[in-house]
Amino acid sequence: MKQEYNFSRRFFLKTSSALGALAFIPKGVKAFYEEVKNFIVPAKEQIPLKVSINKKSYAIKADTRTTLLDLLREDLNLTGAKKGCDHGQCGACTVHVDGQRVLSCLTLAATLPGKEVTTIEGLANGDQLHPMQEAFIACDGFQCGYCTPGQIMSAVACVKEGHTKSIAEIKEFMSGNLCRCGAYNGIVESIQKVAAQ
Amino acid sequence: MRPFLFSKSSAANQALAKKNHSTQFIAGGTNLVDLMKKHIANPESLVDISSALPNKVENTTKGISIGAMMRNSATANDAIILAKFPLVAKAILAGASPQIRNMASAAGNLLQRTRCPYFYDVTTPCNKRQPGSGCSAINGENRMSAVAGYSEQCVAVHPSDLCVALAALDASVVVNDKDGKTQTIAFQDFHRLPGNTPQKDNNLPANALIRAIEIAANPFAKNNAYVKLRDRDSYAFALVSVAAALHLNGDKIVEARLASGGVAHKPWRWLAAEKYLKGKTANIANFEAAANIAIKDLKPLSHNGFKIPMLKGAIETALKQCLDL
Repeated sequence: MKQEYNFSRRFFLKTSSALGALAFIPKGVKAFYEEVKNFIVPAKEQIPLKVSINKKSYAIKADTRTTLLDLLREDLNLTGAKKGCDHGQCGACTVHVDGQRVLSCLTLAATLPGKEVTTIEGLANGDQLHPMQEAFIACDGFQCGYCTPGQIMSAVACVKEGHTKSIAEIKEFMSGNLCRCGAYNGIVESIQKVAAQ
Repeated sequence: MRPFLFSKSSAANQALAKKNHSTQFIAGGTNLVDLMKKHIANPESLVDISSALPNKVENTTKGISIGAMMRNSATANDAIILAKFPLVAKAILAGASPQIRNMASAAGNLLQRTRCPYFYDVTTPCNKRQPGSGCSAINGENRMSAVAGYSEQCVAVHPSDLCVALAALDASVVVNDKDGKTQTIAFQDFHRLPGNTPQKDNNLPANALIRAIEIAANPFAKNNAYVKLRDRDSYAFALVSVAAALHLNGDKIVEARLASGGVAHKPWRWLAAEKYLKGKTANIANFEAAANIAIKDLKPLSHNGFKIPMLKGAIETALKQCLDL
C-alpha cells in the first residue's frame, strides 16, 4: 500500500508486530503496544565523534548510547577509569572534562566534541608520576587499587578547587569516591601532602 | 539503554521544535542517563540542550536570575549567590558529590525524579513509573518515604536539596515555549502532590523548557541555615532536611521561612510554624514551639515514624544555626 511508505521502518516494525500479536492476547491496545515495545529493538544510531582525550584527538564512530566510560575502556583501550557501579554512586569512573571532575559513567560520549577529557593515563609526564600519584604511593592511599584512578582524579581536582583546609573539608569534598578497602586515612593524608607542596 | 537518536541544539526554540512525545532533553544527564540505563526513561530521541540555555547568574531589577544551565557547583560558588542568597549555596553543597554537582544543571535539579527504591526497581509495581500498577512503598519498605501530602497512589518524596532552599526563598520558575512565550510559575506551584496522577512530578507545560530560576531580593542573607540528616555524613539523599531563614530586628523575628526535604512529593513549606514565629522573640523556647507546630499533623507510614522527632530536632537546629547558637 502506498500509505506505508510514509512510515519509518522502526514504526512499521513495532506496529505490525503489535497488531499481529494482538490477535492472540486480548489486552488494551495501548498497554499491549507498550509491552511489545520492550521486545522490539529500535534502530541503533552510530554517530561520528571527534573527541580529545589526554591531548590526543580521536575520530571514532560510536553508538549514541556509548558513555564516556565505555568509550574509554571498550573503544580506546584506556582502562584506567574503572566501572564500579555504572550508576553514579561510587566515583570509580571519575575523569576530568575541561578541567572539572565528572562521572564518565553518566556522561554520554556524544556530548563530548569540543571538550578536553583527561583520564588517569594523562596525569603522568612520561615516566614522571603526577605528585598525587607519588603521594598515594607514599601514604598508602590504596589497598586493592580498584577505586584508585577515580580517587586520584578526584583528589587532583579537590586540591585545585582549594577544598583542603581541614580533614573534614577534604572528606566532604572526596565523599563522591567510595573505597571499600577503607584506605580513607591514607587518601586524606595524600591530599594534605600535595596541598602543602 | 534502548537505542535513541541524538542531536544537539544551540537555541531553546530550535530544541523545542524537535520535541515530540518520545523526545527528551538532556542537560547534565546525572539523573536521565541513569534512568535510561534502567529502562525507566526510554526516549527515542535525545536533544542535548547544554548550549541552548543561559548559564549565568544575573542581577535583575527585582533580584537575581539563575540561568537554567548553571551547573550546580558554579551556582554554589557564584559571587552574587554567596553575597545575596547564601542559603542556595548551602543547600546545593549539602547534595550529591562534587562530580555530580559539576555536571548537574539548575533546571535539571528541579526536574529530577524521585529516589523511591520502587520507582527504580522495574520488577515491582509503581504508579509513578507505570501508572495504575500500584504503589509498592505504601505498605512496603517506606523508611525514606513521605510523612505529609501523600496519597494512596504514591508516597515518594522529592529528592532535591536546592529546591528546598528555593521553596523557602519563594523563588519562581521562568519557562519558555516554542514560540518564545514566557511564563513565570511560583515555586510552590511548580512541583505537584501525587494525588491520582503521581506520574506527573511538576507543572512544567508539555512543550516548554525552563529558562531560568528567579529569586526576588530578600532580607534573609544574614540569618539562614540548611540542615540535612541522612544515613551517612555526606553523599546521601535526605531522610529529612530543613532550610531556615530569619529576618530579624534586634531579637524580634520580622519574618521567618522554613522548608523541608524528605517530607513530601514536593519541597514542603511549614507555613503555620512561620506564622507562629512572626513577631516573636528569636529564642530557643519559640523555636521549639514552632517545631512542635510543624510536626503536629504529620502522618508517618509503617517505617518512617522516626522522621517526626528527627524533623522537630532539625527545625530547631536550623533555627538555632540561623543565630549562630
